Amino acid sequence: MSIFINENTKVIVQGMTGSEGTKHTRRMIASGTKIVGGVTPGKGGQEVEIEGKKLPVFNSVKEAVAATGANASVVFVPPKFAKAAVIDAIDAEVPLVVVITEGIPVHDTAAFFAYSQEKGKTRIIGPNCPGLISPGKCNIGITPSDITGPGKIGLVSKSGTLTYQMMYELRDIGFTTAVGIGGDPIIGTTHIDCLRAFQDDPETEAIVMIGEIGGDAEERAAAFIKEYVTKPVVGYVAGFTAPEGKTMGHAGAIVSGSSGTAEAKKVALEAAGVKVGKTPSETARLLRGILKA
Amino acid sequence: MDLFEYQARDLFEAKGVPVLGGAVATTPEEARIAAEKLGGKVVVKAQVKIGGRGKAGGVKLAENPDDAFEKAKAILGMDIKGHLVRKVMIAQAAPIESEYYLAILLDRAARSFLVMASVAGGMDIEEVAHKTPEKLARVHVNANEGVDKAKAIEIVKRGAFPEDVVEQVADVLVTLWKTFQESDATLVEVNPLVKTKDGRIIALDGKVTLDDNAAFRHPDHEALIDHAATNPLEALAKEKDLNYVKLDGEVGVIGNGAGLVMSTLDVVAYAGEKYGVKPANFLDIGGGASAQVMADGLSIILGDPAVRSVFVNVFGGITACDAVANGIVQALAMLGDKATKPLVVRLDGNNVNEGRRILNEANHPLVSQLDTMDGAAARAAELAAQR
Repeated sequence: MSIFINENTKVIVQGMTGSEGTKHTRRMIASGTKIVGGVTPGKGGQEVEIEGKKLPVFNSVKEAVAATGANASVVFVPPKFAKAAVIDAIDAEVPLVVVITEGIPVHDTAAFFAYSQEKGKTRIIGPNCPGLISPGKCNIGITPSDITGPGKIGLVSKSGTLTYQMMYELRDIGFTTAVGIGGDPIIGTTHIDCLRAFQDDPETEAIVMIGEIGGDAEERAAAFIKEYVTKPVVGYVAGFTAPEGKTMGHAGAIVSGSSGTAEAKKVALEAAGVKVGKTPSETARLLRGILKA
Repeated sequence: MDLFEYQARDLFEAKGVPVLGGAVATTPEEARIAAEKLGGKVVVKAQVKIGGRGKAGGVKLAENPDDAFEKAKAILGMDIKGHLVRKVMIAQAAPIESEYYLAILLDRAARSFLVMASVAGGMDIEEVAHKTPEKLARVHVNANEGVDKAKAIEIVKRGAFPEDVVEQVADVLVTLWKTFQESDATLVEVNPLVKTKDGRIIALDGKVTLDDNAAFRHPDHEALIDHAATNPLEALAKEKDLNYVKLDGEVGVIGNGAGLVMSTLDVVAYAGEKYGVKPANFLDIGGGASAQVMADGLSIILGDPAVRSVFVNVFGGITACDAVANGIVQALAMLGDKATKPLVVRLDGNNVNEGRRILNEANHPLVSQLDTMDGAAARAAELAAQR
């Protein structure tokens, strides 16, 4: 099994005709994802050939869904147009919208997230995320598909490259699903949403949770683990040496005063029974230890 | 980006939030002229982006323009918790009757916006929340609904404001919401919001944080950047579109992806404990990692005199390691004699064998390769300690 996506997920690409959209559509198709079309307002009716596949382009997500039966969308449009694109997908009641775009103003994200909650039909993943992959089944976003194959670990992370690093460290075991939830201050799917889904997924046997400085999402995830998760969880938190008041690459990665520190997150996770590694490789060793025991 | 108080005051004034007259000064003479224009008693306030300036002696009342000159002279150049005072704000003084609190901020946990309002202003709001929570209203606001007059009145009443100011404070709150939204702010805080003896409601001190991601629709925000306080290396990196933060150690760090680079800093710090060295910077070269980007990144790091060794940590995801390796080789060729510090490279992931082969063949005297992140961090720390 996998969470949020599976081998039957049909994906449309918003922004498919742009350079990033085209590049990653090619990669997603190559890794076995069922891409069924694209959306670029004003370019509806065109057809694009990518990776030997003829893909129809639509003016709106609603048209795309009606014509293709898509049940997921991935957004590659630039920050300026991202809000309109996500709202288009919410209006079309697409169950899953994965927003890869980095640099979306947080007021825009707050607006489309509130709208999605109001409508109640759409799960948003991201923004500013690599997307999610269930190796061998479906890959939505920009995660390299050849790092590892299917297996029994579930992974949730704020960071793309740390996701890849951890998948690589544990490539001999493999993953049910790896979800990059994104590094922005407001994100549509949280650590907690993923932890709940992994707990409920019969094929996931252990969970890796990767966090970083900023906010208190990891602390809240720790409280959730204590209450709900019975499967083993190992954790890693990046940014112990980050100075206060500086944004470290991700818009959400900032220590403000004494809040949002890596140390506080580690302490909270450990109090919830999560083993926390000092480095990615130590975290991988901790997970191996648990699976062997 | 955090604004200075005077910039927040200007923004408030432009948006219709009631403020007192004020002007910024960078010299005592400018302070005198500003005080003359404002007339009467003025307050000379240090402009620093940190709290506690009053206690540090950074806020003084001046009786007249000559006094403003003297007070500005004393305050300019002060060091307040590591922040050099380069500017002062000269503000009209007002007879205060009561001090209140209003703020609108991004609430990450609720994935929404939060309005806070309290009759107990002028002090640390966390203390109010702790000691007299009944005097603090915390109300979430839907981004698509905002704060209208009815909502504002409800919030202000919950903040325990006296009946006779509810109407006026609610008006300020509505304007403050407009300011928050139109400016793409993530924080707008007024502390204190005051009631003057003649019954006016005025924002006496303001804190504003603007969303850098929204800069594309606010060309005017560019002018608010405090270039004097920006580290020159950070400014150079920004010009090159690189994500760089200067830190105070000796091991330069380059990596791809914000999470991996943060993690690299930690691993270098652990490895460096033994040698007394720390990471010198955060530098995320992103997904591309072309030769030019690598050269730009390397030249910024090598331009930092504190750097004694460099750790290049790349996990090839979309980017293949051979492209990164070629980037490093070409960057070193481009830099020529300017490259003087040892580079420890750790490549992993997509096409790693080819990447390692390219670096081995280039056999550059400054470059050494290690297979693991932990091992490479230890080596980079050791090299930094030797120099």
